[in-house]
Amino acid sequence: MKPQDYISEKVKVIPFSGIRKFFDIASEMEGVISLGVGEPDFDTPWAIRERGIYNLEKGKTVYSSNAGLLELRKEIKKYLNRTIGVTYCAKNEIIVTVGASESIDLALRATLNYGDEVLVPEPSYVSYKPCVAMADGVPVVVNTKAENSFKLTVDDIKDKITEKTKALILPYPNNPTGAIMEREDIEKLAEFLKDKNILVISDEIYSELTYGDKKHCSIANIDYMREKTIVINGFSKAFAMTGWRLGYAAGPKEIISAMTKIHQYCIMCAPTTSQQAAVEALRSCDDAVASMRKEYDRRRRFMRKGFLDMGLECYDAQGAFYLFPCIKSTGLTSDEFCERLLFEEKVAVVPGTAFGECGEGFIRCSYAYSVDEIRTALEKISRFVKKVKAEREGN
Amino acid sequence: MENIKNIILEILEKNSRVSIEDMAAMLGMTADEIAAAIDEMINDQIICGYTTLINWDKTEREFVTAMIEVKVTPQRDRGFEKIAERISGFEEVKAVYLMAGAYDLLVMMDGKNIRDISYFISSKLSPLDSVLSTSTHFVLKKYKDHGVVFEKKKEDDERMIVTP
Repeated sequence: MKPQDYISEKVKVIPFSGIRKFFDIASEMEGVISLGVGEPDFDTPWAIRERGIYNLEKGKTVYSSNAGLLELRKEIKKYLNRTIGVTYCAKNEIIVTVGASESIDLALRATLNYGDEVLVPEPSYVSYKPCVAMADGVPVVVNTKAENSFKLTVDDIKDKITEKTKALILPYPNNPTGAIMEREDIEKLAEFLKDKNILVISDEIYSELTYGDKKHCSIANIDYMREKTIVINGFSKAFAMTGWRLGYAAGPKEIISAMTKIHQYCIMCAPTTSQQAAVEALRSCDDAVASMRKEYDRRRRFMRKGFLDMGLECYDAQGAFYLFPCIKSTGLTSDEFCERLLFEEKVAVVPGTAFGECGEGFIRCSYAYSVDEIRTALEKISRFVKKVKAEREGN
Repeated sequence: MENIKNIILEILEKNSRVSIEDMAAMLGMTADEIAAAIDEMINDQIICGYTTLINWDKTEREFVTAMIEVKVTPQRDRGFEKIAERISGFEEVKAVYLMAGAYDLLVMMDGKNIRDISYFISSKLSPLDSVLSTSTHFVLKKYKDHGVVFEKKKEDDERMIVTP
């Protein structure tokens, strides 16, 4: 047998992420200006780093319990209570994982049987579909629409539900669209799901990052939904802790217990240093989060104005740190636009199609960059858009 | 919404060179609105000037910075105002703060050398009627000022160019 013959059929059919292809091209080039990054440009607040250093100095480097340090789970309990207004038991309804990514994987593996269908709204983060497939489930794509500000509506999902539907992924605030689900949006969805046996896997990693008077609402906050919702969150985005790899899931104890079983055998426990530092994050960094949020909001407005000024439609995304401008007016596909922009202006943005087919006609631009960097990138994008539109009119 | 003037001040305090147009874009307002708010704050003496944060240690210029703790006798009706005004009047004095604690006024000043400072204290500051005593400290090095860590290298963006 050749090495490739050892690969399982399940893995063979899963494609590499569309972002990866793009990354390979961009990383080979010199002097690229990027708006393509899905992580904060801020350093982890010093109080958190300092706590990590202190614990390393003390030699606190042993395993924690499988579900995570109880001290941290108690802080997570308080945090969820004050932010989304839902109370979980620190002892058996919360598990600390290696990033929110592991929580997504665990949630799916702990709940899916062979052939179970999972509704995956798109455009969305690249991991959901492959993780569903790896858990022997069948991802059923649900397209969200620009005219609904990319919110998930009952109309979007009602025709997709079959007797095999086991779960719904609820990825809000959304990467890549920046869409958020506010209370009234969530209430409509919850009302529809009330009498259905569909588990909601609510990926709320960007929950801290909503702007203006718009607020994220967790579906677990609707009382009858709490028992069939797994809330997933983490430290990467809100606390600028991507490399610490720390996330968590909260939900009914039976489900968290099943997830812990898998976690126990695959991972053992999330990194202890990161867990100790995260305790500090939840205890003392609300102000740091608020100040980052404020800064993101300014960049968001600044960037959106830039796109509007160059004549691209760009809906007023209220969450995460992405804008999702529409590039249909240039006559290019998302892939063409991004490739040409990279080669002709050396600016990297991500094609909407990397997040699902319905991302066609859009590009994802991150504003996790300084205003000066954003300005430079916008100038180049604007020049490119002008050029492409002129070419088009010339034809 | 937070008071818009406070938000403008917060931005200017970090970077007084930010343009009015940029600020307008960042805050979703018009340039005229921002300019009007700034003018009003200049009139109200909320904005008292725009300065540059300099790490003088990296230049050729030789000088010493002193912090002088001053005990004074407050004056009837005018408290510390009059003496503070008097001390503030000297060119070489950079800052005067009224303090709670073991002394009353903290006076910060720059001089070409220690002799300069000593001359100022002995011939100008100490002889003032209400000054009871002084205690002088010299700054050896500034590590951080106005929220900015000096000599911190701006590191390259270590993030990958594109991530999901």
